[in-house]
Amino acid sequence: MSQQTIKVMQSRDLKRTTNKQTAGHAIGTVGIYIFLCIMALIVLFPFYWMVISSLKSLTEYRLSKPTFWPQTLLLSNYRDAFTTASLGRLFLNTAYVGIVSTLLSLVVTIITAFAFARLEFKGKNLLFAGLLATMMIPGELFTITNYLTVSSFGWINTFTALIVPFLVSVFYIYLLRQNFLQIPNELYLAAKVDGTSDWKYLWKVMVPLALPTLISITILKMMGAWNSYIWPRLVANDEAHRMVTNGLRNAFKDTSGEVNYPVQMAAVALVSAPLFMVFIFLRKYIMAGVSRSGIKG
Amino acid sequence: MVESKQQWKAWLYLAPAIVLLLIFTVWPIINTVRMAFLEDYSIAIASGGETSFRVSLGNFVKVAQYQDFLICLKNTVLLCVITVPVSTLLALLVAVALNAIKPLRRTLQTIFFLPYVTNSIAIGMVFAAMFNIVGSVGTRRPLIQTVGIINNVIQFFGGNYVNWINNGSSYWANMFVLIVYIVWNALPFKILILLGGLQSINKQYYEAAKVDSTPRWRVLWRITVPLLSPMIAYVVITGFIGGFKEYTSIVGIFGESLGPAHAPGRLNTMVGFIYEALEQHHQGRASAAALILFAIILVVTLINLQVSKKRVHY
Repeated sequence: MSQQTIKVMQSRDLKRTTNKQTAGHAIGTVGIYIFLCIMALIVLFPFYWMVISSLKSLTEYRLSKPTFWPQTLLLSNYRDAFTTASLGRLFLNTAYVGIVSTLLSLVVTIITAFAFARLEFKGKNLLFAGLLATMMIPGELFTITNYLTVSSFGWINTFTALIVPFLVSVFYIYLLRQNFLQIPNELYLAAKVDGTSDWKYLWKVMVPLALPTLISITILKMMGAWNSYIWPRLVANDEAHRMVTNGLRNAFKDTSGEVNYPVQMAAVALVSAPLFMVFIFLRKYIMAGVSRSGIKG
Repeated sequence: MVESKQQWKAWLYLAPAIVLLLIFTVWPIINTVRMAFLEDYSIAIASGGETSFRVSLGNFVKVAQYQDFLICLKNTVLLCVITVPVSTLLALLVAVALNAIKPLRRTLQTIFFLPYVTNSIAIGMVFAAMFNIVGSVGTRRPLIQTVGIINNVIQFFGGNYVNWINNGSSYWANMFVLIVYIVWNALPFKILILLGGLQSINKQYYEAAKVDSTPRWRVLWRITVPLLSPMIAYVVITGFIGGFKEYTSIVGIFGESLGPAHAPGRLNTMVGFIYEALEQHHQGRASAAALILFAIILVVTLINLQVSKKRVHY
C-alpha cells in the first residue's frame, strides 16, 4: 500500500468517527432541549394555572374534568378580589412604606458607604468588620427585641415601625462601598484640588457613577417591602397600616376545602402583577443584585 | 488640625447609620442573650416591677423539652435535608443544560428566574389550589367537586387521587407539597449562581475533553462539577441557612393554622415557634429558641465549610 492510500483511509476513518460523534451530539442536544422544556413547563405551570383559574366562573372551576382554557372569561373576579381584600388600601400602604423606606435607606446607605470608602478615621476597618459580622446573625434574633423596642416607642400600628428598624442594611452598605472603591482615586484628588467639597463630590460624581448598584438596591428594597410578612404582622396589623402580603393572607384565610378559588386566584394575580412588571423592565438589575446577595427580598 | 477635622466629618457621615444600628442591631443582640438566660422572662411581668428572674439555662432546658419545639425542629431539619440536595441537583442539571445550548438560552433563563420574583405567600396559595380537593373530604359523607389539577394528572395516568392538604391528609402528603413548593421556589437563585459559575469556566478543559471524545455525563462529573464546586458549596450553604429559616412557604400553603384542618400546627418550623412564643409574650423562651436557631445555623455552616474545604477544587 502506498503512503497515499493509507492517508486516504485514515482520513476516511476519522471522518466516520466524527460523523458518529456529531450524530450522538445532535441526539444529546435534542435531549437537553426536551429536558429544559419540561422543566420550563413545570416552572411556568403555577402561573398559568393562577391566571386561567382567576378567569373562570366558580362552577367551571369546580368541574370534575378541568378545563385548560376558560369557557367564558369572567373578569368580574378581579373586581370582586379587589373589593373583598380591599386591595386598593393595601397597595397604597405598601407603596407608601416601600417608597419612603427605600428613599431614606438609600440616603443612609450612600453616606455611610462614602465614609467607609473615601474618608479616613480611626477604627475604620474594625468598625467595618464589626458591621459585616452582624450579617451572620439570623434576623429572627433581632426581631424579638425590636418588637419590644418598637412597642416601648409607641410605634405599634404606625408606618414608622415598618420603616425605621430596617433603614440600615449592612449588605447594601457593603455592596455600595465596593462600588465606590472602584471609582479611581484621581477623580477624588482632582475634585479636591478644584476645591469641591466632599459632600458635593459624593452627590455629583460618585452617586451617578454608582447608579446601577443603586438601582439594584432600590429594586431589592421595594420587593422586600412588597413581600414582607412576618414583621408587618407583628407590629402593624390594623386596617389602616396593613401591608399587601398580610392583607392577602387575612382576606383569604382558607387554603383547603371549599374555597372560592377564582376570586382568590384573581387576588393573587393582582398582587403578583407589579412584581412581574418590575421584573420585565428591570431584569438586568434584579439578576445582578440577586447574584451578589443571596438574600430573598 | 486638618486630620481631626476629617475625623469629625467622617463620624458625622456615619452618625445616622450608627444610631440606627445601635438601637436595632447591637442592642437586640445584647438584650436577646440577656432574656434567654433569665428564666421565664416576660416583658409583661418585668414591666410590672418584677426583677427577680433567675439567671439560668432554664429557658433552654424548657425549650428543648417542649413537645412543640421538637416537632418544629423535626419539620425544619426534614425540609432542609430534603429540599437542599434536591434543588441543588436540579439546578445543576438545568444550569449545565442551559450552558450547553445557544438558541433560546436567554428566554429559558428568564423563565427559570421567574419564581424568584414572586410573593411566597401568594404563590403558596396557588400551589394550595393545585393540590386542594374542593369539597368536603375527611367527613363522613365526602362530597367531592374537583380533586384539583395535580390529582387530575395522577388520575389521567391511571392512579388514585391523593388527599394532599385537606382534612385527614397524612403528614408525608403535606410534606410532599411543601417540598415541591420549596424546591420550585429555591431553583431560580441556584440556577443563576451556577450558570454564572459555568460561564466563567475556561473553555480549554472542554476542548481537551472533546479531543478525547469523552462522553457527556463523564465531562459533567469529572470536569464541570469539580470546577464548579466553589459555587455548589455556596448555594448549598445559603440553601441550608435559608432552609432553617423556612416559615412563609408554610403559611402560604396552609395558612396561619400551619397544618391541615385536623392537625393545626403540625407543620410549624423553628421560626414559627419563635414568633408564637413572642406573640404569647414569652420573650425568654423566644430568645432561647432564637439563640438555638443561630447556633444550629452556625454549626451547619461550619460543617458545610469544613466539608467543602476537603471537596472543593479551586
